[in-house]
Amino acid sequence: MAKATFEVPVLSQYPDVPAVTPGTMAGSAPFLSKPDFQAPLGFPGELVENWQERAIEKMGELLTRYRSLRVYLDACVKCGACTDKCHYFLGTKDPKNMPVGRQDLMRKVYRRYFTPAGRLFPNLVGAQDLTREVLDEWYSYFHQCSQCRRCSVFCPYGIDTAEISMAAREIMDCIGVGQKYCNEIIGKVYKVGNNLGLPGPALIDTLEGLEEDVFDDTGVHVRYPIDQVGAEILMVTPSADFFAEPHVDGLIGYGKVFHEAGVSWTFSSYASEAANFGMFIGSYENMRRISQRIREEAIRLKVKRIVFGECGHAWRVGYSFLNTLAGPWDFLDPRYPVPQHICEFTHDLILQGRLTFDKGQNDDKVLTYHDSCNVARASRMGDTPGGQFEIPRAIIRATCNHFYDMDEETIRDRTFCCGGGGGLLTDDLIELRVKGAKPRMEALNNVMQEKGVTHMAAICAICKSQFTKVLPFYGMEMDQIVSLHQLVSNAIVLTPGADDGDEDEDDDDATDSAPTPGDEDEDAAD
Amino acid sequence: MPFLTGLYAFLFYFAALVLVFGLTYKVVQYSRTPAPLKIPTTPAPTTGTGVVLRMTREVVLFESLFRGNKWTWIFGWLFHFGLFLVTLRHLRYFFNPVPAVIEFIQPFGIYAGFAMVVGLVGLWARRFLVDRVRYISRPADHLMLALLLLIAASGLLMSFLLHTDIVSVKTFFLGLYHFDLRPLPADPVLLLHLAMVAVLMIIFPYSKLLHAPGLFFSPTRNQVDDPRERRLLAPWASRLERP
Repeated sequence: MAKATFEVPVLSQYPDVPAVTPGTMAGSAPFLSKPDFQAPLGFPGELVENWQERAIEKMGELLTRYRSLRVYLDACVKCGACTDKCHYFLGTKDPKNMPVGRQDLMRKVYRRYFTPAGRLFPNLVGAQDLTREVLDEWYSYFHQCSQCRRCSVFCPYGIDTAEISMAAREIMDCIGVGQKYCNEIIGKVYKVGNNLGLPGPALIDTLEGLEEDVFDDTGVHVRYPIDQVGAEILMVTPSADFFAEPHVDGLIGYGKVFHEAGVSWTFSSYASEAANFGMFIGSYENMRRISQRIREEAIRLKVKRIVFGECGHAWRVGYSFLNTLAGPWDFLDPRYPVPQHICEFTHDLILQGRLTFDKGQNDDKVLTYHDSCNVARASRMGDTPGGQFEIPRAIIRATCNHFYDMDEETIRDRTFCCGGGGGLLTDDLIELRVKGAKPRMEALNNVMQEKGVTHMAAICAICKSQFTKVLPFYGMEMDQIVSLHQLVSNAIVLTPGADDGDEDEDDDDATDSAPTPGDEDEDAAD
Repeated sequence: MPFLTGLYAFLFYFAALVLVFGLTYKVVQYSRTPAPLKIPTTPAPTTGTGVVLRMTREVVLFESLFRGNKWTWIFGWLFHFGLFLVTLRHLRYFFNPVPAVIEFIQPFGIYAGFAMVVGLVGLWARRFLVDRVRYISRPADHLMLALLLLIAASGLLMSFLLHTDIVSVKTFFLGLYHFDLRPLPADPVLLLHLAMVAVLMIIFPYSKLLHAPGLFFSPTRNQVDDPRERRLLAPWASRLERP
């Protein structure tokens, strides 16, 4: 078991709702952003002088920008339906981690400054001034929400706490109180092109290495191209896919699927990141700026389609927001949705009978599947509602002989967050992450005991990183979490290409490497 | 003109104005505030018809609440459905002649009054018995339940024990339509009942009762799941498109 400086929750066979224990997580707060990380995003470097005034002003502006915020701050009747739905409450017992408890942190300020009842009778309706204490509380508890939307499923008015925590983070950023983890990462995307700060040459190197590895493994030349002008498909994937386990095994799978499909495809070193942390900090402007990179690269590389790799919140931004933020996509092939998920792509090929699998290659595993929150509750795959649940499962069934779902209450649109989403995947929040993982760990543990499950597949880089880190705290192995396309990669039967056994054949002009915008930054990062 | 009649006439004119203008203001405010991003809680309907069906299930059956908490659902639904029938039943005081359908539901309206009380008592009990709900309850939440319970109880009291002159009550309200003030019976239970109803009308646009119009404007429930097919762009966001 991993060492912990806090009490790791004990897993039980039946889910229990803890008794309310105020203040257990009052001390939890992520590292504060520094001026250097704030500036590239257009935020003040530190707490501004008239912060209270500015915060209320910003809240007023957001209330006119987002109908969700306005309606959700008004509509709550305190019915309590959400109170036992948040994984962070279930894991920490802190009532401010109940969705309504978290919303009320903002609602009390909204009432005080924006409603007659709160101005006249603050105590009656629970209205409060925005004091320094309230701001600190905001910083703590709005960084204990992974924006997973589980609460919104059960709310009779569809109140989505994610909308409120996004607005709170935007307000705090605008007065100079940013979160280091998210804002530093967004800066890296602007400067280098991806969250991990991997420069173009490093990516090219990595991909060449992968091509060699796959050839050594399979005897087939599977290509992992980057910056190829004129490729049919632009592949946008979370940067963790380029090197970390188990992510990279999924990326190897994407390449094999494209190989079998016989389409030309390419990564981009400039838009080498599917993740969009602009969403986590609730900043439309930053989310838009990050999305625009994909548009610029689609134009520069003259692609006809865009496909997203395995990443939960990226798929939310891709599926639900990309048309808004970076569309219209009228210059791409109209026969395909923009963007497509790699699972949709693979599933289509399976349906057409164009992929051959040797399922026995995965017989060392008994699988279950973790629905990632943003895929499950904020997006879709395929043509019918719920395709986001069925398509990944269909791919697992096509590639594996042994698959069991976890308890129905904990999957599909009732899935529990991994505990690390929403910009909380940072070591300064490890206690929160471990405790927040409890409901998922419980469901996983049960299906391990009852069905002999050995591995859990996921299609989200954050989920995979979070489980890798958190599984050992619960006495499990870090490699029990696998990428979905890792299973595809294991089982797929590759067709040797024309160039196999015919070394060093150069590509034609159509796929020549193109220079990348933002090259000047690469030297500094080298 | 007795003082009480004048006072209650003023009270109801005032309450009606506050309710109509306050609610109109909020509805206009909600409808003018853009929803700049597609955020339906998925799986969501992919067509407008599908959204109408989803919304109908939410409004009529409280579908999400049913999935969320069975106790809150049963008490909440009993109360709201009871309130709906009781309100319909009360329309007989405001129409002359009384429409056949209102005539028809009169007996059901009586039972509905009891359903309301059972629902309200159940919901209030949860505010004391469930520690999580106790934690989130403010004085306003208790007072709202007290107000509704007082309205329901005084109404039932008049139906069964302390009858009032309902013909005069009806004459009073019909008179209000053309500023013709007819005497209101001075029964304490009636006066309490009416005063509480007026208070409810006045606080409606300024309280959590806004959940009623709010539900219809909730983007997680009323949006069509078609972001890849249709480009959504809020007016303020379209200004970012031209640098």
